[in-house]
Amino acid sequence: MFIQQLVNGLALGMVYALIAVGFSLVFGILRLVNFSHAAIFAFGAHVALFFIGLEVGPIPAILISMVLTGGVGILIDKVALAPLRKKKSIPIAGLITTIGVSYILQNILTIVFGSGRVHFPAIIPPGGFDFLGTRITSMQILMFGVSLTLMLLLTYLVNHTKMGLAMRAMQQNPKAARLMGINVNSVIMFTFFLAGATASIAGGLISGFYQMAYPAMGVSFGPKVFSATVLGGIGSMPGAFVGGILIGVIEVMAAMFLGSAYRDGAAFVVLILVLILRPQGLFGRKLALKV
Amino acid sequence: MAYLSVKEVSKSFGGLTAVGGVSFEVEKGQVVSIIGPNGAGKTTIFNLLTGVYEIDSGTVTFDGKPIHNKPVQDIVGAGIARTFQNIRLFPKMRVLENVLVGMDRKMGYGLLSSVFRTPKFKKAEQEFTQRAIEILGSIGLGDEIHNYAENLPYGAKRKLEIARAMATGAKILLLDEPAAGMNPQESVELMDFISSLKNQGYTLILIEHDMSVVMKISDKIYVIDHGVKIAEGKPAEIANNEAVIRAYLGGSAKDVKSQ
Repeated sequence: MFIQQLVNGLALGMVYALIAVGFSLVFGILRLVNFSHAAIFAFGAHVALFFIGLEVGPIPAILISMVLTGGVGILIDKVALAPLRKKKSIPIAGLITTIGVSYILQNILTIVFGSGRVHFPAIIPPGGFDFLGTRITSMQILMFGVSLTLMLLLTYLVNHTKMGLAMRAMQQNPKAARLMGINVNSVIMFTFFLAGATASIAGGLISGFYQMAYPAMGVSFGPKVFSATVLGGIGSMPGAFVGGILIGVIEVMAAMFLGSAYRDGAAFVVLILVLILRPQGLFGRKLALKV
Repeated sequence: MAYLSVKEVSKSFGGLTAVGGVSFEVEKGQVVSIIGPNGAGKTTIFNLLTGVYEIDSGTVTFDGKPIHNKPVQDIVGAGIARTFQNIRLFPKMRVLENVLVGMDRKMGYGLLSSVFRTPKFKKAEQEFTQRAIEILGSIGLGDEIHNYAENLPYGAKRKLEIARAMATGAKILLLDEPAAGMNPQESVELMDFISSLKNQGYTLILIEHDMSVVMKISDKIYVIDHGVKIAEGKPAEIANNEAVIRAYLGGSAKDVKSQ
């Protein structure tokens, strides 16, 4: 039973990790806590749903959503956040703006799709296999595999490409990066695209797993993902990875062994305990912010 | 017209005038130093030249083209790069990567080709890496290319900043207190290196407090105090300038000599 729950937790946690990575990337580049990230995740799920309605098939629909939602990420930055940076506003203005944006996105979804839960079709035919008495479904394998592959791809991109080098430079010293000729705007646009695109895929996977989507799904998953990021260490890719998996596994274990009422609370108890012992998170490093 | 010509440049923050109508000229291949007491506005001048701040009035002309109030990356593209008073490296990157960041602009944005590592991309990457290694070798960091920037000793960090600025393809290097915190031995090495940069055809503008460095390597010195230029001239002229001595020591040259 423990192994079974571990498998369930790993599949779920890996998707949390994928959302957390996008959140973490934006924070790394802009020092911006982007609360609209969870709403973008919900938005991505619904865009996929819309295209599934046009009968293009679930996987093409998710891919189309990936591109469109990535674009929405850029749009949000251009319309609402870039002007704040230009005017050198206080950091909290950006944070509050992202909260505002997430309500606006959720509202748009409610207007188009209604506020209730909508059926989201299975992405792949049901199936799976039994292994030592543990049931592993094909959807779980898909969730785990797609999220892991994308995260490895992102890690490669950040560590071994020119754009990744520019991203790391901005993360470590934005002022110096600009003054060495890095095109800051393209790096920011690219990061928002990546964050939006990965959140959208996660949205498709989660909706496919639960076979439903609803405009407020960002509100239910958001806090878990944000805490996964902080637990692992915000701004750190391995941190987002481990944080996501931990939160996923703890959530499933708590539901199993303590009762389903503990499902959402248990992860936060662990988060608070970890932060008391290690305020920068498991993989984070202390931020020395210079003004 | 001079290679770099700064005319009547002013900048104030609120009511405080940080730089008030400063003019100076730099000829190609010269080493020009800007000196002055702490808070005189020297670093502000660097920030105005590199586009960190917009200027309120005046002009900056480089190689015949106005560059003031252009975006930061365009000024780097035009050929002006700098180092920082308080070192601003990328601490968690390798020494080589720090220099490659400086080349980012020249490498062009081929994301797809860098993900799929096309042969063309590999060749370009190899060339840039080779060039980065050359620069690091010339500045004496050839053995450190795989070390992390944060692990370097202080003097080496300052050198790495210069290497990174060179990597942008700059023609003018602005060095903000390059000798700060260096021991006498390192200062001497730095002077030799700056002379070698001059011989390679670089134009250099220095902000520096170490007078032994300034007097030896400068072709021309500008003295700034309270945001205004109070003197300019060759090192020997500046050393005996009354206004300069007053600004630094708060007394007249006579007082200094009589002590």
